[in-house]
Parts: sequence; structure tokens; C-alpha cells
Amino acid sequence: MVARPLRRLSPGWILVAPFLALVLTLFLGPIINVLWLSITDPEPGLGNYAALFAEESSLARIIWTTLRICILTTVISVLLGYSIAYAMVHVRDSSRSRMLALLLVSFWISVLVRTFSWLMLLGRNGLVNNSLEAVGLISQPIEFMRNELGVLIGMVHYMVPYAVLPLLASMQVIDTRVLSASRSLGATGGQTFWRIYLPLTKPGLIAAALLVFIISLGFYVTPAILGGGKVLMVAEYISVQLLVTLRWGTAAMLAALMLAGVLALLFVMSRFMKLSTIFGGART
Amino acid sequence: MKKGLFEHINRTAAWILLLFLVLPALIAIPVSLTPKRFLSMPTDTFSLRHFRYLFTSPEWLSSFGQSAIIAIASAGLATALGTFCAIGLWRVSSKAGEAVRAFLLLPLVIPPIISAMAFYRVFVPMGLLDTYAGLILAHTVLAAPLALITVSASLAGFDQRLEQASRNLGASNLTTMRRVILPSIRPGVLAGAVFAFIASWDEIVVTLFISKFNVYTLPRRIWNGIRENTDPTVAAAAVVLIFITLIAFTAMTVASRLRAKSDT
Repeated sequence: MVARPLRRLSPGWILVAPFLALVLTLFLGPIINVLWLSITDPEPGLGNYAALFAEESSLARIIWTTLRICILTTVISVLLGYSIAYAMVHVRDSSRSRMLALLLVSFWISVLVRTFSWLMLLGRNGLVNNSLEAVGLISQPIEFMRNELGVLIGMVHYMVPYAVLPLLASMQVIDTRVLSASRSLGATGGQTFWRIYLPLTKPGLIAAALLVFIISLGFYVTPAILGGGKVLMVAEYISVQLLVTLRWGTAAMLAALMLAGVLALLFVMSRFMKLSTIFGGART
Repeated sequence: MKKGLFEHINRTAAWILLLFLVLPALIAIPVSLTPKRFLSMPTDTFSLRHFRYLFTSPEWLSSFGQSAIIAIASAGLATALGTFCAIGLWRVSSKAGEAVRAFLLLPLVIPPIISAMAFYRVFVPMGLLDTYAGLILAHTVLAAPLALITVSASLAGFDQRLEQASRNLGASNLTTMRRVILPSIRPGVLAGAVFAFIASWDEIVVTLFISKFNVYTLPRRIWNGIRENTDPTVAAAAVVLIFITLIAFTAMTVASRLRAKSDT
């Protein structure tokens, strides 16, 4: 296209304007307001941030819990997602569409419904414990809920489809002749996988890991319900500050930290894969 | 390439994992059929009493209605805004345009708890807290990026010369948009509308913060039910939601199959 002089703005902007205006006024504006609160409420200064380093502070523990659970969720989800994506690009078309259907149905089932299901399955008298007791594998019910194990199960279950989508996007564009070349030059299947295939899927792996980690960081529903108040993560702690103790300053400070982390990771992710490519893979 | 042992094992594992993604949700079905008054697995008899209650209780019915109104309104608004925005950015096609696109996708990835804080801050002075208008506006902001993505994907496959031809033949901007551009990106617009509807219909975190008594959406009622953890009506509601998902999914799949057929 011919570069236009700056003074003549493209008429396309008129169509962009309504949504842009809505996001600026209802989203960006108030987010900046929240960031401002983190250094002005209850009093101007960095007091809210200093509280992070105070001794006896529960904040550092909550952030550490959040990071630990998010890292574990990311590692497990990406490993499981890799297996699914790999199988999906290497099966017949008919099987692939069946696999994609299962993946997308799980993607579409409401997070509340899925969390409720885990509540029914993992409780002390849940189906899992009852079945294990019935076959005599355990004598005492396993504590799945109100601990990190339950939160981890629920979060991984939610995140696996998010991990699969970028991996699929990167695996689908791999030129399979490269793999055949590797095999015909005498490499074993294992060598071809580790030295050729895996490095080729690196952008997808990085995008998948970052996407899962970003979504996990702000996850609220599953930790709040399956953690049962015992596993406090940042998002739930923010909600307690807002709804119960009404300490907007602390909540805003945590939101600012979370936002900074998310934006930094998004920036890194954009180096490897565009957001629209990832979600574009979800189309049937 | 010859399939190795590893590939076979991995394929089986992948199927098991995919079933692990879908099957747990089905536990809601037996739980919803329990004859008891509390959440439990039915032992020998089944009962539809919880479904009967779900479809006769004024509270649940009003939540279904409210969620439907909010989701339809937000999906309509979000699809219109997202579609116009996608066409605009496609026309602009510049570096600045791409930066704006990246910025407008942010509501999708900013943690919902932060969006909730933001909407709360701006809705209090505007008097939009706990109103339909507030929820519809908030859900529109969250859902429009989905339409932006799906329509942009459709536009990527649209031949720009068609638009030029239409203009050269004397069609106005508006006519070109209505008769040339919109018909050829219809699949993207429809997909965007469906995704936007689901995003609003399922939305819980922002809703928890900006609604109270007046507006009580379905996810909100389910959330409360889960927290109280006693009433099996929640299980019946979960079953209904699963069925709606399956029907919507089947409809989308059939529609895209038909489209693929008519294209060839």
C-alpha cells in the first residue's frame, strides 16, 4: 500500500473509534484509576508496596502460593497438552475431528459446571474416594479438596485446552519432509523427535506455557471453590480485600503487581506467537 | 513415516486425556437425579424433582431470563463493535492499526478480577452498579475482542480487489460494506456472535462484583449454590448448561460442514 501522509487519517479509523472509545473509558481509564489507588489509598506513598516486605506479612506467602500453583499448573498442562496436540496432528482426519470436538466441548463447558463436578468427584464422600474405598485401595478417604492438590487438579483440567491450541498451531505448520530427511539420514525416531521436532515446536511450547501461566495467575473460580478457603491465591485475596475488609489500597497494589506480570509476559509471548493465531486455532 | 511404539502409546494417552477433559462434567447428571434433598449420588431410585423445581422456581427462571437478556444484548453489541473495528483495522492496515488491535485484545487476557475492579470503579459514579446496562456494557467490553478476532480471520481471506471493484463500479461506501464485505465475512461474524454470547452467558467474576440484588444472573445463582454446597438444584442447572453447550456445539459443527460443502 502507498504510505499516506499523516494529516490524512485513513477513514477506517471511524469504524475503529466506537469500540476503542468504549475500551478507553470503561476499561483503560478505570484500570489507571486502580493503579493510582495503589499509591494513594489509604494515604499517599508506597506504604501498600512496603507491606509486601514487612515481617509477619501474609502477602508474601500468598504470592508465593500463587506462583507455585501457577508454575505447577503450567508444567503439567503443557506436558499433557503436548501429548494431545502431537497425537492430533499425527492421526487420520476423521479421528482428528473427533479429538478436536472433545477438546472444544471441554473448552466450552462452563468453568462453574466443571468446578462443581470436581466438587462432587473429589469430596470426602465423592465418587473417587468412594470407588477407591469400595475396591479396597484405600481405607481412609484421601483429602483432595481444601488443599493445593484439589486446586491443581481443577486448574490443570481447565488449562489443558489452552495449552493445546498454540501447540497445534505450531505443529500444523511443520514441514514433515524435514522429519523424513532426518530419518533417512540415519537418525532414530527418538533422535528425530528430540533434535528436530521438539526444537521446531519451541515457539508453540513457549506461547502455550506463557498463555497458561498468564491465565492461571488471575484465576479465581476454581481456587476459591476447590481450595475451600485453605488455599489463598492472589485473585481470591483481592476479592476478600474488596468485599470484606474494604482495603482498596492493598487490593490495588496486588492488582498492579499482577497486571505488570501479565503485561510483561504478554510482551514476551507476542515475540513467539500472536494472540489471534492462538485463538484462531479454536475455529472448527 | 513408520509409526513407532511411542506414537501408539502417545495416541492412547491423548484419547484418555481428552476423555478426562470431558467426562468429569457428566457427574452432574446422576447427582441431579438424586431423590434426596441434599447433594448426593442416587442409590436405587431416581427422581426428576430437582429439574421440576429448576423450571418452576421463580428465582431460577428469572436468572435464566436475565442471563439470556444480558447475553443476547452483549453479544449483539459486541459483534457489531468487533466487526466494525475489524473492518476498520483491515482498511487502515498500518503499524499503528496493529498496535491498536493488540491493545483492544487486552480485555481477553487481563485477569477478570482486575477487570472487575475497573468496572466497579467506573460504574459507581455512573450509577450503573447492579443494573442491566452496567452488566451489558461490561460484558460487551469483554466479549467484543472475540468478534474482532473471528472477523479479522475472515477478512484475511477476503480479496481486497473485490472492494475496489465495487467502488469503481460506483457503489457507495455503505453499499460496498453491506453488499460486498459483510456477506463474504459472514462466517466470522456468526462465529464471533456465538463466542460473544457464550462469554457473557458464562461470565461470573466480573458479575460477582458489579451486581448485587436487582440483577442475579444464572452463573451468579450457580456460584451461590456451589458455595452453599447443599441444594441439588445446582446439579440440575449444570446438566441444563451442559446440554445447551452440546446443542450449540453440534449446531456450529453442522453449520460449518454445510458451509464447507456449499463452498466446494
